[in-house]
Amino acid sequence: MASKVTSAVMRQGFRVLGVAIRAERGVFAVAVLSSAVYGVMTVASAWALGWATQNLVLPSLSEGRIATGALTATVLLILGVALLKALGVAGRRYFAGVMQYRMQARSRREVTRQYLKLPLAWHHKHPTGQLLSNASADAEAAWGPLAPLPMAVGVVVMLITAAFALVATDPVLALVGFLIFPAIAVLNFVYQRKLSPLATKAQQLRAEVSEIAHESFDGALVVKTLGREDEEAARFRARAEELRDANIAVGRVRGLFDPLLEALPTLGVLAVLLAGAGRLEGGAITPGVLVQVAYLFTLLAFPIRALGWVLAELPRAVVGYERVRSVLDTTGSMEYGSANLTGESPASLRVRGLGYAYGDSAVLHEVDLDVPPGRTVALVGPTGSGKSTLAQTFVRLVDPARGAVMIDGVDLREVVRGGVSETVALVPQQTFLFDDTVRGNVTLGLPVGDEDVWAALRLAQADGFVSALPEGLDTKVGERGTSLSGGQRQRLALARALVRRPRLLVLDDATSSVDPQVEAKILQGLRDASQASTVVVVAYRMATIALADEVVYLDHGRVADRGPHGELLLRCRGYRNLVTAYEREEAEREALDAEEEEEVSA
Amino acid sequence: MSSLHGVERSALATVRHGLSLTPEFRKGMVGTLALAVLATVGKVIVPIAVQQTIDRGLKGSIPDLPYIRTAVLLCAAAVVLTALCAYLMNVRLYRATEASLATLRTRGFRHVHDLSVLTQNSERRGALVSRVTGDVDQISVFMQWGGLMIIIAMGQLLVATVLMFVYSWQLALTVWVCFLPLLVVLPRFQRWLSSAYTQVRERAGDLLAAVGESVVGAAVIRAHGSEARTAERLDVAIEANKAAQARTQRIVATVFPVTEIVAALATTAVVLIGVRLGVAGDITAGRLIAFLFLITLFVSPMQTATEMLNEAQNAIAGWRRILGVLDTPPDVADPGEDGVELPRGPISVSFEEVGFAYPGGAPVLTDVTLDIPPRSRIAVVGETGSGKTTFAKLLTRLMDPVSGRVTVDGHDLRGVRFSSLRERIVMVPQDGFLFDGTLEENIRFGRPSATREEILLALTELGLADWLEGLPEGLDTPVGQRGESLSAGERQLVALVRAYLADPDLLLLDEATSAVDPATEVRLARALDGVTRGRTAVSIAHRLSTAEAADEVLVFDAGRVVQRGPHAELVGEPGVYAGLHASWVSAARS
Repeated sequence: MASKVTSAVMRQGFRVLGVAIRAERGVFAVAVLSSAVYGVMTVASAWALGWATQNLVLPSLSEGRIATGALTATVLLILGVALLKALGVAGRRYFAGVMQYRMQARSRREVTRQYLKLPLAWHHKHPTGQLLSNASADAEAAWGPLAPLPMAVGVVVMLITAAFALVATDPVLALVGFLIFPAIAVLNFVYQRKLSPLATKAQQLRAEVSEIAHESFDGALVVKTLGREDEEAARFRARAEELRDANIAVGRVRGLFDPLLEALPTLGVLAVLLAGAGRLEGGAITPGVLVQVAYLFTLLAFPIRALGWVLAELPRAVVGYERVRSVLDTTGSMEYGSANLTGESPASLRVRGLGYAYGDSAVLHEVDLDVPPGRTVALVGPTGSGKSTLAQTFVRLVDPARGAVMIDGVDLREVVRGGVSETVALVPQQTFLFDDTVRGNVTLGLPVGDEDVWAALRLAQADGFVSALPEGLDTKVGERGTSLSGGQRQRLALARALVRRPRLLVLDDATSSVDPQVEAKILQGLRDASQASTVVVVAYRMATIALADEVVYLDHGRVADRGPHGELLLRCRGYRNLVTAYEREEAEREALDAEEEEEVSA
Repeated sequence: MSSLHGVERSALATVRHGLSLTPEFRKGMVGTLALAVLATVGKVIVPIAVQQTIDRGLKGSIPDLPYIRTAVLLCAAAVVLTALCAYLMNVRLYRATEASLATLRTRGFRHVHDLSVLTQNSERRGALVSRVTGDVDQISVFMQWGGLMIIIAMGQLLVATVLMFVYSWQLALTVWVCFLPLLVVLPRFQRWLSSAYTQVRERAGDLLAAVGESVVGAAVIRAHGSEARTAERLDVAIEANKAAQARTQRIVATVFPVTEIVAALATTAVVLIGVRLGVAGDITAGRLIAFLFLITLFVSPMQTATEMLNEAQNAIAGWRRILGVLDTPPDVADPGEDGVELPRGPISVSFEEVGFAYPGGAPVLTDVTLDIPPRSRIAVVGETGSGKTTFAKLLTRLMDPVSGRVTVDGHDLRGVRFSSLRERIVMVPQDGFLFDGTLEENIRFGRPSATREEILLALTELGLADWLEGLPEGLDTPVGQRGESLSAGERQLVALVRAYLADPDLLLLDEATSAVDPATEVRLARALDGVTRGRTAVSIAHRLSTAEAADEVLVFDAGRVVQRGPHAELVGEPGVYAGLHASWVSAARS
């Protein structure tokens, strides 16, 4: 069973290598050619020494006189072979590296492109840590064997050359070689078979350790405020120790096989000496041949392990490649149509029979909604009633499971890529700032001038604090930038939407952290703005709601009622309860206070 | 620039300091090194065997077969023995290094949590993660592979040199003269490589950060159609990383062949001089040929050493980065054992002339002096940027004041043990971060010992039983990554229950229910009112009724407390509060 699994892994591994070779044919060819030169020259250097022993060292020492011709030939031979070998080594190393890094970069580009393409629902299902490691560690692991691959191919050339050289030199010594080198190959195979499952497990654990660290650091504030550092450290330690044990298990196998693989060629040299001495006695070979073969075995001992390095990396590579592939092979990326949303005037929004579910739990049922151009509609409903999900369908962050969302009568799914975001802008509840300047965070690459950026900031009531920042528009914000308050971040996010002059603006509780008086100014500004647009606003504040032409009251994923605020207040109990909660509370408090006063006066 | 910069150290000092942090590594290291020495001796078996065979076995015209047989068998036994030593050494090494690296990883992880929020926020998340993952992996690769190779290479060099001097001091010197220039050149290459590898690591950090942004900011990128720009930013990071990697490869690819050439020069020199010495009768043929084998022993250490410099540089860079974390003193440090343990019970807080400014920034809080008596209900109000959240962070000791001091029950916060402080004072931040797991697991985070019943009770006490019933799987509902399967309002509810379950004596709410619908919020406020009776409660208020219900309102403006007193009193005075109140009233009633 284990061998089946392993040979399957090996086959997959070779397929992965094949992908790289096909993708980088030219570089691979140069690397392999260089490596072949290196392989042949390694064998040649043994032959040169054997020749020198036989024709220079032994005759000179026995005759007490230096063989001058042989001396010159030896010097030229050794240096010439070494020069070619050096060139081979340089080429092999450099181009192997180039190939590996190109493939890594290629995978990273593909994976990150795919991240940008896949729908948001897919993102929500995958841990950030996992997505990070797909693009970094996995892409690296997938192409790990490419570094030693050309060398391994060179070693194969080296072995074949050596086999011919051995047979041509002396069949008996060749026989020793033919016993030793296959033995090394078999040992290598057993080695990898034992190592493969252990290495795979260690790789898996490495990813898990990374995921824990990522999540824990993301939630650092919660960990700190609740004083749960020790528990978090324990959670991390448990997995780190599993990784430690897995790595030790890998090490145990490596520790056994590496010395064995080193001892085998050495034993081979000793066998050559033993057998060679017998051959010398019969005069079948010269001492020079003996030196040549022994030297050859010494030289082969190290490079032959490159075969093992490639095999050793394969299981990791297969795991990495499969993790990368599973991202790339994910279908369900959004399909786009060919319709264009043209026009300059405010857009109309129409929702028909819309349904949506997260897994098994349905959050929206049969939602119908109409927002005529230029109107402002407030979406109101209790926490968890599906408002944000509905808002997300307006910009096609998610596609409805049933029904349709139409802008100017065009189903969003029919619109060309990029067409929706040109027309509609959503300001989400949670603000995300990029590690970039204020300008970069507002424009997100949109080619607009600074006047437009300032205009958007003014409309979002953000021009005041931005101009007070040390470097104005060029101030770095985001992960490593100036820390901004929640309200300031929300206003930047709003400016980001406004600078795009959307024809439909969707505000998903986007001003919750902004002070009421500032919010009032923002909303006032939006009403008066020259860039008129249709607005859908998710809100709780009475002032915000009151600005809307119509209110849609959402409850348990259904449109419970709709109409002007005043009418809803009168006829819809759920709505009344929700939006007047503060007032009623205050009234009760006042009544209570009055009672107390009465009691006191009584 | 990272704010996590350790002490400047040389490469050697970095390694030494890194090792000193992990005692597991030193334990038994002498035995492991002894085994390594024995394993290294095995390397000269072949040259000795060759020399013996040629000089003793082939002396006459007929080979001395019995002698050769004995010599070869003895050598074979030595080979097996040294292989055994190598095996034992490997196992010990793996055990020691993995144990020590697991410790280093965990210490680094713990230390990141010990750093103040200020330091944590100044680091990119991805880069922080790589310090306890990828960087430690680099070290492990080095310790088990490159570092070991270097030790073995040095041993091999030493053993080979000794044998060379035994055979012929003239030739031994010749070999050394050939290799000496390498020893001068290699450190220079190492410096180039060192800076090249630092680049690689930095670019890898940038890459992770760029990918992280594209993943965490997925919704924004889609909503504004900035995929092309994000892809461009990613490409820049990917290409920069690739270019940095290729640069290291160019350096290595130059170093490597140089040793080949030097080895060939040494071999040529040995042959040229050796033959002359041999003719003069100063060296035997066997010894001369053994020299040729010994040179190969000399070459591979140089080669492996240069090759292993790759990993040594990686590892040292990795070590620097993890030490950078460990060396960064937690600027908001836990006094630990020396700290005060606060007894349970209602808490009083005093701010004494407290001032705060972010590093290099303008003052955020100036000269704040106030008392919060035990069991009081305080509302903190003020415009955005007036210093409310900073006040909250100082009160919970997420940060320390730049001037003045904050005391709790008369004790300076800096002298209170964290275990005690975090148990007694809990803040609910505005953004309720949840961990990937079930609702129950997330609530239990507030108090790990809580039973399911206690969790249900907490939900009921806060009036959230109805909401819980509406969830498909109740307490077992998975909340998803960062809690994203729940709405922002629901996340705030969970964060609130989580804090409530922690049962603190002072509960600080930083606009903790800003995303919850009004009806639920009013219900929550009432429930909180009941359950926090007898505790001290501080709320950063974003609506009128919180301020109205408070015993005292603190009004912040431009980093100062400009007004304080009960709502009824303040609302009548001309000032900041009256203005805030007016805008609230208009927001709620217009």
